[in-house]
Amino acid sequence: MANTSKAYVATGLSKALPPPLNTTGVIGWIRQNLFRTWFDGALTLFALYLIVVILMPSIDWIVVTASFEGMSRAECRAVGKGACWAFIGERLDQFVYGFYPLEERWRVNLAGLLLLITLVPLVFDKVPGRMYLFGYGLLYPAIAYFLLTGGFVLPEVDTQLFGGIMLTILVGITGITFSLPLGILLALARRSDMIFISVMAVAFIEFIRGVPLITLLFVASSMLNYFFPPGTSFDLLVRVLIMVTLFSAGYIAETVRGGLQAIPNGQQEAADALGLGYWQSVSLIILPQALKIAIPGIVNIFIGLFKDTTLVSIIGLLDPIGIGRAALSDIKWAGLSTEVYLFVALFFFVCCFAMSRYSMYLERKLHTGYKR
Amino acid sequence: MISLWRSRQARSVLFQVLAMAGLVGLVTFFGIQVVANLKVMGLSFSFAFLDFPAGYDINQTLITYDSTNTHLRALFVGLLNTALVAFFGIIVATVVGFLIGVMRLSKNFLISRIAVVYIELIRNIPVLLHILLIYGLVVNVLPHPKQALDIGFDSFLTNRGLFMPKPIFEDGASLMFYGLLLGLGLAWGFTYYAKRVQAETGKIYPVFAICTSVILLLPVLGYFLAGQPITMEISVFKTFNFHGGIVVRPEFLALWLALSMYTAAFIAEIVRGGILAVSYGQTEAAHALGIRPNRTLQLVVIPQALRVIIPPLTSQYLNLTKNSSLAIAIGYMDLVSTIGGITLNQTGRAMECMLILLSIYLMFSLLISLFMNWYNNHIKLIER
Repeated sequence: MANTSKAYVATGLSKALPPPLNTTGVIGWIRQNLFRTWFDGALTLFALYLIVVILMPSIDWIVVTASFEGMSRAECRAVGKGACWAFIGERLDQFVYGFYPLEERWRVNLAGLLLLITLVPLVFDKVPGRMYLFGYGLLYPAIAYFLLTGGFVLPEVDTQLFGGIMLTILVGITGITFSLPLGILLALARRSDMIFISVMAVAFIEFIRGVPLITLLFVASSMLNYFFPPGTSFDLLVRVLIMVTLFSAGYIAETVRGGLQAIPNGQQEAADALGLGYWQSVSLIILPQALKIAIPGIVNIFIGLFKDTTLVSIIGLLDPIGIGRAALSDIKWAGLSTEVYLFVALFFFVCCFAMSRYSMYLERKLHTGYKR
Repeated sequence: MISLWRSRQARSVLFQVLAMAGLVGLVTFFGIQVVANLKVMGLSFSFAFLDFPAGYDINQTLITYDSTNTHLRALFVGLLNTALVAFFGIIVATVVGFLIGVMRLSKNFLISRIAVVYIELIRNIPVLLHILLIYGLVVNVLPHPKQALDIGFDSFLTNRGLFMPKPIFEDGASLMFYGLLLGLGLAWGFTYYAKRVQAETGKIYPVFAICTSVILLLPVLGYFLAGQPITMEISVFKTFNFHGGIVVRPEFLALWLALSMYTAAFIAEIVRGGILAVSYGQTEAAHALGIRPNRTLQLVVIPQALRVIIPPLTSQYLNLTKNSSLAIAIGYMDLVSTIGGITLNQTGRAMECMLILLSIYLMFSLLISLFMNWYNNHIKLIER
């Protein structure tokens, strides 16, 4: 008799069903990330409400009702109720160059261009001749000093005329260049076996870290004359540069010390066993490893230093804030502080944001150990 | 001679002697110059000027002060103003910073993005710009007292500052104060007791709820027992400005908001780092033991995260205090504007004024870091 059983036996695996519609695609993403629970949903709605309430009027003020033309505040207001960007446009030259003589501004542009070249080997690893570019970077401060202040064949320019974004970058770059070696030396001094030297380093670092930068700048502007023979006069900009450098060196020293402490003692012992002297072991064994750990922190301090350059406006140097405040005292434009400060804020945001991304990139690049 | 040079000890002694000689030489050189300069200017180094009348007014004073008071009193007024803005700034920065830090870790996409935008936007703009920007907004955008913005509770927002009702304490108000003291004492005792009970039996009391209610309820009880001894003095608009009540000046408002917003962005990153530093295994282990999610957060994650958070938090508090010196940019009369600003300019005693200013800031820094070190020791992991 033939087998007439109706029993069903699967011969293979059946096809997998697609995942439920509400866990994939746009709807799934929204459910997962915005409306996971009722509380989450309420938060999302509240956040959306906040965005609309804050963002809409801001955009309206910055772009839609803003006026980009006009010769005074009154003319601006006649065009639109929003921001008056014509003001910035009129003063843009000053915001960039300060009061640097008009016919000499090509020197600032050239210095800026040359500065960009020093950044190339920092950003691109595989640039040909990277070592030469680094060497050029070490020479750059001298070149920039010659270009900006003049002398020799170029007409001299008084540093009192320096201002605007150029001044910010000048103070920032000088501080960064000179505070790094000084900070490293301070960190080494603090960790030194020589008690007197380490005590001196500790006292210096703790003093610098304990007082606000503005008080140090006041010392530079009002008190430094007492310490030098009567009649000596220092350029205010030079005094400020020295103070800014010392200030950030104190902070860098602490970051580098953190890196030094992370290096196991065995490294130093191994260097000793190989017969390396102090400077050899420090420069060949200890520092390369310590700096690798400390570099992200150091970049963060540089960002702080760059932001702190704004304080020079308080002692009368004309950085973008100083220029802005001077411009605001012009009766034609009085009361437009928001526009001015937003414009300066944009400049700082772009620079600092770029630097912080660079710090993250370095952190990833230098993290050559285990990765999870 | 060469063999002596080869010896590490000998070189170390030599370097230290050289360094010491250099330092002594430098100090002597500067000392001689200072004496010479003072002689040229006909000044002497003395702090006697602190007893002379200051001769300038300060628009925000916590203690009574007028222009006939001494420079020393002006210094204290400035010191208190610095302390005031640092105190309120630290409180708001901590609250906002923790909130943003937790938001940054939220699984909700929108909320975490908002936190990221806040942090990046605030952190990458100098604090001086924040101060100037907010000050400009308060002064230029807020309405004149005539069209004051009524924000409820009899408070008014104008370009001359925030006007709030001022409580006047009459007889019997001390009962409230004693109530508060008693409440604090009881709360402290109960916390201690609850800790012991938990250590012995594992039973957990709702400590936070009980303590808050005791601390709040006892003064309120005192208020009614003493026959409601507080009346409110409300700001009234007269001709050009509001009079009476508490005035929060625009300078204070701008400085306070800017400092706390700025520091909050940094604190948020610290909080995020601290919470991420507690390995997820800890949470999983707690769940495996059957501990409920909110208890896990309270008993497992937060105590461990705090250990990572506290040290950098200290330096943020210090930074906020030091950044408060930027008050001078908008004319808030803090320490720098009084002793380092007007007093210095009037008396011409740069050396003495800067010396006082620097040592006070150093003292502030040392005090805060001492307290934080104590706290850090208090909560640190005790390995057995």
